Amino acid sequence: MSDVAPPHASTSIQFDVMKFVTRYSTLLALLALVLFNVIFTNHFVSIQTLNVNLTQVATIVIVGVGMTLVIATGGIDLSVGSLMAISGAIAPLIFLGTAVHIGEIHVAVAVGMIVAVLAAGAFGWFNGWLITRFHIQPIIATLVLFIAGRGIAQVSTNGNLQPFKLGEFQWIGLGRWFGVPVQVVIMIALVALAAWILKRSLFGRQILAIGGNERAARLAGVPVAKVKRWVYCISGLCSGIAGLVVIAINSSSDANLVGLGMELDAIAAVAVGGTLLSGGRATVTGTLIGALIIQLVRYTLLANGVPDDVAKLVKAALIIIAVWLQRHGKA
Amino acid sequence: MVSEASPYNTPLLSMQNINKAFAGIAALSSASLEVAAGEVHALIGQNGAGKSTMIKILTGYVSRDSGEINFDGAAFEARSPQDAQAKGISTIYQEINLVPFRSITENICLGRESRRYGFLNWNAMHDEARSLMGRFNINIDVRKPLYEFNTATQQMVAIARAIGFKAKLVIMDEPTSSLDEREVNVLFDVIRQLKQSGISVIFVSHKLDELYQVCDRVTIMRDGRTVKIADLKSISKIELVASMLGRDVAQVAKSATAFGNRKGKIGETVLEAKNLSAGHMVQDVSFSVKSGEIVGFAGLLGAGRTETARLVFGADAMRSGTMELDGQSLAPRHPIDAIDRGIGFSSEDRKLEGIIPDMSVAENLTLALMPQITKAGIVDEEKQRVIVEKFIARLGVKCSGPEQRIRELSGGNQQKVLLARWLAMNPKLVILDEPTRGIDVGAKAEIQSLIKELAEQGLGVLMISSELEEVIEGSDRVFVLREGKNVAEFVGKDINEAAVMAAMAHGSESETKLGNAS
Repeated sequence: MSDVAPPHASTSIQFDVMKFVTRYSTLLALLALVLFNVIFTNHFVSIQTLNVNLTQVATIVIVGVGMTLVIATGGIDLSVGSLMAISGAIAPLIFLGTAVHIGEIHVAVAVGMIVAVLAAGAFGWFNGWLITRFHIQPIIATLVLFIAGRGIAQVSTNGNLQPFKLGEFQWIGLGRWFGVPVQVVIMIALVALAAWILKRSLFGRQILAIGGNERAARLAGVPVAKVKRWVYCISGLCSGIAGLVVIAINSSSDANLVGLGMELDAIAAVAVGGTLLSGGRATVTGTLIGALIIQLVRYTLLANGVPDDVAKLVKAALIIIAVWLQRHGKA
Repeated sequence: MVSEASPYNTPLLSMQNINKAFAGIAALSSASLEVAAGEVHALIGQNGAGKSTMIKILTGYVSRDSGEINFDGAAFEARSPQDAQAKGISTIYQEINLVPFRSITENICLGRESRRYGFLNWNAMHDEARSLMGRFNINIDVRKPLYEFNTATQQMVAIARAIGFKAKLVIMDEPTSSLDEREVNVLFDVIRQLKQSGISVIFVSHKLDELYQVCDRVTIMRDGRTVKIADLKSISKIELVASMLGRDVAQVAKSATAFGNRKGKIGETVLEAKNLSAGHMVQDVSFSVKSGEIVGFAGLLGAGRTETARLVFGADAMRSGTMELDGQSLAPRHPIDAIDRGIGFSSEDRKLEGIIPDMSVAENLTLALMPQITKAGIVDEEKQRVIVEKFIARLGVKCSGPEQRIRELSGGNQQKVLLARWLAMNPKLVILDEPTRGIDVGAKAEIQSLIKELAEQGLGVLMISSELEEVIEGSDRVFVLREGKNVAEFVGKDINEAAVMAAMAHGSESETKLGNAS
């Protein structure tokens, strides 16, 4: 017994295949989907298709990055969609001059964007504060802003739709850098940054330690409350950025619609991506792949004439498969 | 030792030759338990002795591998706790398993509601609840929700529920652990009433005094076996403790641990704790640890040893008392405060409070140290690797490499990694709660000699162990805790099994020097 416990892989080949499949299941699924489309979907292999899919998936991934960190601590954040609405409401209030008047448009846009994202981050921090200060379960604590957040967004705009046509702002949703949509660049940058933080930084280790065994982490001196507050704050910041992207694409901000249902899309991406929903094991690139799979399945079905409602069923099935694979990966 | 001849000839319950193994490790080997009709029977033993497995088998939580159970004159087999309850065996758990927001009536009648014309017959149920509670001379409004009542009353409700199910045998698992003295007396009255009406009780408790107050006989278990069945009138407390621990009262201790002879000098006082109290479990504990000294905490389960240690580490909040570390006041509010002052704490439950199972050996080992080897938020992995390799080599951790997940290691090697977690911090004081629990003999000896070595290098060690020989042979000084108070202190040559056991059993102020609690 004092020896190293034998690795739980047996010599049977079947088991190794299973292990390989579980380990790379998300990537394999994505490749299979791409392959399927290359063969069966007309005009699939084109830059345009790629851009369409990436553009549509970008906001989900941006929110999913924050969600991945939250879920890595063993929590969940239901408020992301509402925080997107708040951010989406605040930015135009500033750059359209409704709330404050700033003469120079570039300054106004910059201030509007920064204030909007910071506001969403502050609300995220509030989530973390509720959770750590009063020991409220994350699903309940974030439900508070899930409900109230959209209300806050609507009150701040008096329930008005805020339409605009403003190149100085809309580059974030419509612009391109070297042919790549700007929000896709933001998405990739955030994924890379978060993956690096999770792997290399003290903060990342502490996130995973808390999700892996919170009591042990506390006894080892990990500042559990502080780390959790930051994680929810980051989730809020990500939501804030995503909110800006959405209103830029829409050329208007509607507090009723911005980020609607986003929490579920983000959680689905995280789950399909292979992050353990109970915490302690997380992969940000997995979330990216997970979001791409969900997006591509939907695209595939639509491109081949299957209605959107059916696509939703397929999405649900994907989540079930992902969870099933996780269970087997653990056993 | 087997049962002495007793007047309990017609057992209500008889469990014989019960065997049970979990994942190949025997939890019970030929264990037995007999309870007569109308008898209050105590069941005692250390952690892991097999009491709870025995009860779980009886109540259908787990199935036995082999053995015979007879109950009420026929072979007995419970498929589930509900099944056991229907057949006349009810269990009342430590944590009361009732429904707090429903009324007392509903709690008592849940699962066997009276109906009339398909509807619940509330009047009949309220009457029944009232009359059941009335048996214990408790007159309360049975329509009120359960959570409005104190723990003792809730326990009475649980018992009333058991009787309502026409139980012939009621199992009480540490029923007094959350009760105060007055409430305990009420409970004991109820138990005596049950006895009078012919209902048998199995009473599991670690508080020996209670057994004498209310029980007729006692079954003592150790290492999965029944080691003694005795009439409580004819057995002394010290004999109970000796049987539980597997020591002969008169036996001269032979060296069974790897602590060996101690070298090194004991220095200045590192930690001085005075009159600590917190919650139910810590009433008034005072002790001190010097540098280079191994201080042992001895005591039965529930004596407040772990709870006291957690106060020192800031893991729980203290109600009153003072602590000094190196002569300066110590009042940690979180573990991090204690860690910053140079204290390490290795918890008794490796799985629950020690390891982060999915993280690597390296990450687990440096978890507490990590902030110190981080620059600008980024962990210096080179430094980490050097430290990890040093400790893996020094402590002889057997693993495939620093990157192996810790959950794949054996218990002993996990424990070494957790020890290294604190040693890497260069602490002044480490608290080791059950450092060798659940690990095999070889690794145990290694860890024991490591502890000794650390003390010799000047580290102060506070060691909690339920293994008497570990405390006695390993410690330079032993404090005996009993029901939340330190009742005795032994130094050097005065540390011997008989004296420590006597203090654990009686508190024996008369025989032993009282600690500095006065």
